[in-house]
Amino acid sequence: MSESLLGQSVRRKEDYRFLTGSGTYTDDVTVPGQLYAFFLRSPHAHARIRAIDTAAAKAAPGVVAVYVGTDLQGKVNGLPCGWLITGIDGQPMKEPVHPPLAQGKVRHVGDQVAMIVAESLNQAKDASELIEVDYEVLPACVDPAQARAPGAPLVHDDVPDNTCYVWGLGDKAATDAAFAQAAHVTTLEYINNRLIPNAIEPRAAVAQYHRGDDSYTLHVTSQNPHVERLLMTAFVLGLPEHKVRVIAPDVGGGFGSKIFLYAEETVLTWAAGQIKRPIKWTAERSESFLADAHGRDHVTKAELALDKHGKFLALRVHTTAGLGAYLSTFASSVPTILYATLLAGQYTTPNIYCEVTSVFTHTAPVDAYRGAGRPEATYVVERIVETAAREMKIDPAEIRRRNFITQFPYQTPVALCYDIGNYEGTLSEAMRVADVPGFEVRRKEAEARGKLRGLGYSAYIEACGLAPSNIAGALGARAGLYEAGEVRVHPTGKVTVFTGSHSHGQGHETTFAQVVAQRLGMSVEDIDVVHGDTGRIAFGMGTYGSRSIAVGGAAIVRALDKVVAKGKKIAAHLLEAAEGDIEFENGEFTVAGTDKKVPFAQVALTAYVPHNYPLDKLEPGLNEMAFYDPTNFTFPAGCHICEVEIDRATGETRIVNFTAVDDFGKIINPMIVEGQVHGGLTQGIGQALLEACVYDKESGQLITGSMMDYALPRADDVPNFKVSTQETPCTHNPLGVKGCGEAGAIGAPAAVINAITAALWPLGVRDIPMPATPQTVWRALQTAPKARSGRA
Amino acid sequence: MTTPLALKVNGNAVSVQVEPRTLLVQLLRETLRLTGTHVGCDTGQCGACTVHLDGRAVKSCTMLAVQAAGCEITTIEGVAAPSGDLHPMQAAFKEHHGLQCGFCTPGMVMNAIDLARSKADLSEAEVRGGLDGNLCRCTGYQNIVKAVLAGAAAMRS
Ligand code: FES
Ligand code: FES
Repeated sequence: MSESLLGQSVRRKEDYRFLTGSGTYTDDVTVPGQLYAFFLRSPHAHARIRAIDTAAAKAAPGVVAVYVGTDLQGKVNGLPCGWLITGIDGQPMKEPVHPPLAQGKVRHVGDQVAMIVAESLNQAKDASELIEVDYEVLPACVDPAQARAPGAPLVHDDVPDNTCYVWGLGDKAATDAAFAQAAHVTTLEYINNRLIPNAIEPRAAVAQYHRGDDSYTLHVTSQNPHVERLLMTAFVLGLPEHKVRVIAPDVGGGFGSKIFLYAEETVLTWAAGQIKRPIKWTAERSESFLADAHGRDHVTKAELALDKHGKFLALRVHTTAGLGAYLSTFASSVPTILYATLLAGQYTTPNIYCEVTSVFTHTAPVDAYRGAGRPEATYVVERIVETAAREMKIDPAEIRRRNFITQFPYQTPVALCYDIGNYEGTLSEAMRVADVPGFEVRRKEAEARGKLRGLGYSAYIEACGLAPSNIAGALGARAGLYEAGEVRVHPTGKVTVFTGSHSHGQGHETTFAQVVAQRLGMSVEDIDVVHGDTGRIAFGMGTYGSRSIAVGGAAIVRALDKVVAKGKKIAAHLLEAAEGDIEFENGEFTVAGTDKKVPFAQVALTAYVPHNYPLDKLEPGLNEMAFYDPTNFTFPAGCHICEVEIDRATGETRIVNFTAVDDFGKIINPMIVEGQVHGGLTQGIGQALLEACVYDKESGQLITGSMMDYALPRADDVPNFKVSTQETPCTHNPLGVKGCGEAGAIGAPAAVINAITAALWPLGVRDIPMPATPQTVWRALQTAPKARSGRA
Repeated sequence: MTTPLALKVNGNAVSVQVEPRTLLVQLLRETLRLTGTHVGCDTGQCGACTVHLDGRAVKSCTMLAVQAAGCEITTIEGVAAPSGDLHPMQAAFKEHHGLQCGFCTPGMVMNAIDLARSKADLSEAEVRGGLDGNLCRCTGYQNIVKAVLAGAAAMRS
């Protein structure tokens, strides 16, 4: 058999168009007669709208229409939330209306107040300045920790205490009882810093109405166009689903922020139908800061109970999660289902209880951002484990080893059942690559140069490919969690694959082609992968939660199974053999034990030119589709080790070594996987060292509203990563794959902060908040209990 | 109110009427439909809009179109050979997986070519420093740096 294509770093099929400027991103789409939209946004965090005067704007040159909230009343519904959380009081979460254009009140800086449509963008912008909004400014609350304080301003009048729900997971009584037995308890308080995703392509949309058949086409920067269409037509606009085609063409990064149904494209689509002309909207970066869904924003207290040998007895976690002003599409599930379920980490902690209070604040909505709940959980677990080790004077690697799960399948006390893993394997390999034994020598050498050096671990686990649908449904999901794949074999034997997952950088056009090419014995050049178009693809749930290969790839394998099965029937007929004797390998159907064979391409041709064909028993054609609903999550896991040097004079932290050893199960394209890890690590390091979304507590203004104020990692902020993989194949999907897109962002923050706190521990510093900017670290150095003696 | 403007873009003479407030990137993307040059920010921070002006990398969002009067502009569309063969820098990005979503890529490639021309034997640190004005949210830069070093070497050979 020829060398397997699976596991090969095939260079990407999509690169040529991106490298030559011939990709098609949404803003590149221009339609004849196209108008431009501009959104007037709230300058206030919280205000009552007394009146809006749009007369002058409507009369301005080039203006075609101006819409405000009242124009949409009774025509455009609120934006829906896709996950219903039920609180510990048995009550459903509060779901206040999320109007696409503000109705009566604005609730965060950047809230949409009006949409101006004009012949040119400049005309729309000019006209927006003519709109008079009479605001009665009200006090605002931007801090989740303050949202339930007595007298805190309410975001929604019908949501008391700003509380969406109080939700719990785990056995509270057993956990409390275990704490009573503890030899040692470690307590930590955390702020998981609020982040702004900042895909480099801003959100954009082009909406067209087609008079001829009363239909719509929407090009939009989306990670899941079918879900976008379903939510928009069924819940918000009441349009017939089959009359709306949603195309997510080339999309310039998502990281979660392009999963959601947003107000802008919804109003744009509605208005295109009203005006009966195409309309384009492209966000400016300042709008991305103000109105893309943000991530994280947790305030947490955690306690870990240990016996005297450092065995974990129980973990108790209380988290307050900020949701922003409105419930974004999957906001409710992120700090609950995707967070508390991961609190076992890689450990056998027998008792875990987590309580989450999710609150509204006068800020942009918060939803899934790369990792979505799992980075927050990993941060809680890996920081407290490392801190407990230091407090108990146990080596941080050793305390992990004493608590690792080693028997699989493993049922955690927080609902998940891990199918497989090898945590000792990834830890010890990471320690070898990071040269942990040599650290002490490096630390002394750094000390001689006046630098503090620290090494920190993060042994993370994540749950990917959220599934199965029926269990998720029981937990409140309002959507299915399967994926669709279709394999269309053309008469000449070339293949087009249609996938419901979406690539916005992940390289599906190559990875999925490798899967198909391997199975059908073809070259990747003979296979095209189509994604991101409801007009061409039957259905799909899109790409989020590192699900594409584990769920989308598996759906394609199931469709391939059907192609091969039908091909065998055709081959049996052609070769005059029994179907059970036909084998398929390397692109040829053979009769077992003979030299009789027929190539795949000839079977394909026969299927479409069925002259010599069992028409009485078999339909012509070779086009198969499958829906795949996984039986469980996948559980990628691994170990990150970060080594930092801190400049005592400036507080600046440099990452001098970063090692990641990940277990993603089987790997199709190692080059692409490595790239995903690099990108994830960089976002994780960004969270740990650089990125902070800051709202002014008084005014509610977004202080970090541009790339000059919000520090995204640049090329010289990150090191060369040492990345490698180990493999325990997933037990329940046909490719044995687990997913790799989020791992870096999940593991890295704890590794970085554990390294910094390791360096500062001798000075008496126990914790450092994220982002550990030079100023933050410098302050900690100045106030450290042992600032002087620690210098020795 | 518009004003006449003449310049060269990817070797072709262009003469157009523009509003004085038109940015160079708007001229390229909207008037000339050269959509390979991207816009990622409104503060000159991301570098997605980088093109060559008389051979040097500039951010086309931070200058007015009329400031390019009489100049020679090269965009990403003008980098590959007329046959379609990739420029050595483009080829290096593909070989070393220096792109994921591709949105920052045109700006990265334009800046990288200028960087490679500006100095022989670039070090890794010089490449990282030289890419300071170009943001990428996908790759973590490691493979971009690898690609730029390899592309620069290929351009010299
Ligand atoms: S678009 Fe020019 S620097 Fe960002
Ligand atoms: S490849 Fe996506 S921003 Fe660089």
